[in-house]
Amino acid sequence: MSGTVRINYRDALRQGLREALLRDPRVFLMGEDVGRYGGSYAVSKGLLEEFGDERIRDTPLSESAFVGAGIGAALNGMRPIVEVMTVNFSLLALDQIMNNAATLRHMSGGQLNVPVVIRMTTGAGRQLAAQHSHSLEGWYAHIPGLRIVAPATLEDARGMLFTALQDPDPVLIFEHALLLNVEGDIAADPQPVDIDYAAVRREGTDVSLITYGGSLLKTMQAAAELAEDGVSAEVIDLRTLRPLDDATIVASVAKTHRAVIVDEGWKSGGLSAEIMARILEQAFYELDAPPARVCGAEVPVPYAKHLEDAAIPQVAGIVAAARNLVK
Amino acid sequence: MNVGREQALAYLRQMTRIRRFEEKCAEVYSAGKIRGFLHLYIGEEAVACGVMPELSREDAVLATYREHGHALVRGMPARSIMAEMYGKQEGCCRGHGGSMHLFDASLRFFGGNAIVAGALPMAVGFGLADRMRRTTHITACFFGEGAVAEGEFHESANLASLWKLPVLFLCENNLYAMGTSIERSEADTDLCEKARSYRITAASVDGMDVLAVGEAARAAVAYVRAGNGPYFIELKTYRFRAHSMFDPDLYRSKAEVEAWKHRCPIEAFKTRAQEAGLIADAEIAAIEADTAAEIQDALAFAEAGTLEPALNLTRDVYARERRVVKVGAS
Repeated sequence: MSGTVRINYRDALRQGLREALLRDPRVFLMGEDVGRYGGSYAVSKGLLEEFGDERIRDTPLSESAFVGAGIGAALNGMRPIVEVMTVNFSLLALDQIMNNAATLRHMSGGQLNVPVVIRMTTGAGRQLAAQHSHSLEGWYAHIPGLRIVAPATLEDARGMLFTALQDPDPVLIFEHALLLNVEGDIAADPQPVDIDYAAVRREGTDVSLITYGGSLLKTMQAAAELAEDGVSAEVIDLRTLRPLDDATIVASVAKTHRAVIVDEGWKSGGLSAEIMARILEQAFYELDAPPARVCGAEVPVPYAKHLEDAAIPQVAGIVAAARNLVK
Repeated sequence: MNVGREQALAYLRQMTRIRRFEEKCAEVYSAGKIRGFLHLYIGEEAVACGVMPELSREDAVLATYREHGHALVRGMPARSIMAEMYGKQEGCCRGHGGSMHLFDASLRFFGGNAIVAGALPMAVGFGLADRMRRTTHITACFFGEGAVAEGEFHESANLASLWKLPVLFLCENNLYAMGTSIERSEADTDLCEKARSYRITAASVDGMDVLAVGEAARAAVAYVRAGNGPYFIELKTYRFRAHSMFDPDLYRSKAEVEAWKHRCPIEAFKTRAQEAGLIADAEIAAIEADTAAEIQDALAFAEAGTLEPALNLTRDVYARERRVVKVGAS
């Protein structure tokens, strides 16, 4: 295999941005501190110098206005990438996302498309407490008209943005904050990635571990530990949270007959509940055990390290849930 | 009277079309043919009719849920609007939107937004796109004075001014945000001051006078098109009917409503135009007759319209359904 590069997730995201900006003059990036500051997570560092302040636009702290402006610019021929600093802040723009981006095509009888891409950081793990740590992608996955993706790998961090920009519909990209420093080797020459399908990240026969985003690495580690015990776990990375790739989930459960869903979001009314419901609807008779969930505790994410750790899925919990099903 | 004969006739024709169209809407609403919310523009016709002729075909227009008049004057056929309100697939949005969500992309008429102030951020984005593409097009955004209380107004005004975007903010001040009067909702009722606080050039105009509206809009459009940044016009107007068909209209006095009705923009303009010898009685009669025929035709079209098969229900949620064949490695 020729030409791999060592890269971290943050740099992969930046490569994706750069590629998009280079390839399409309609593409621009806007959001809080994306320019001169370099991005609050340093994702867009250096882009202002390379592309100028016309295409790398620092915005005032007005989420509703700049997300709505992204929607308007998309309707008017551009391909905006809007960065919202964290998912919690996106609630200030929820009106624009929900009432405009998601509805305009259907409400206009198919006349309008909204090809906007909205990126935001999600998830806990940096002791930032309850207003900076939540995983609300499941909420967004509730909304018809939106496409919701969560890159968990370096390839997806680099490639999903470009595919999202080709999409005629609004796409929300959720980037887990704890992944930013994860390093690995990927092909130097970027290959296109889809934003439609789940991926089997590890093949197995005894239990399906279904997850996405920031929980993928923990789930992979859990699968490795389970293997040492002789339990063969299959790991599904959902990648796209809306629309869900039911076929890949059901095929895996039909093979392993057991399922554990791992989601940093809350259980109640959440994405894990939706996935479990689909498994029950479509693969009930394939199951040898009730499906299980490892999810965020039903609390606002707390600050103290030990409490925060206790509030989100951890490897030990995933391993225990899987063992419980295959015992 | 500083207006040519042709323009005077056009103003009268457009205002009459809105008035008669909406009177018919109210009538068929009561007969159960139109459902949902129905917000009438009656009394405010001079605003849309004064502004719209100043815009070019390439300019974008965004409006509120009280937008039948704007849609008509922008050029949407009465047929497609009426059919939409009937919930028929021959309607402009195939019956998905109804009265509050009229769209016609071919006329760059982008709705029809039922969230107060919800269109303002998008209008800023439209302006941004035109600015970045170096066009001379502008974006006109209509909203009520109620929207000025929303954060989205302030965020949008700030951003449009900060980036000097070609956005024309058109604030239709009809004095009531549903049932709440402006005195009861704004600490400072001077709306232009709010715009000026964002360094936006602002003007206030009598929204019952179509000539004054046209004049103000002409100046504002020229200013915005020349690249000077956004412009704000307050259009002082009044709705003669209740907020919607559900509104018992208990929050304002009959005397107040009557006083405003004496300032009817159509009657006032008609009188002035006749006094100036610009419009003859026969022409007024012809406009009424044409309008009645147009509305009859729209009604017949809507009545004869068909229902979209429910099988199509989810068709336009996404422009792109999931690919059938998996592509790329992941």
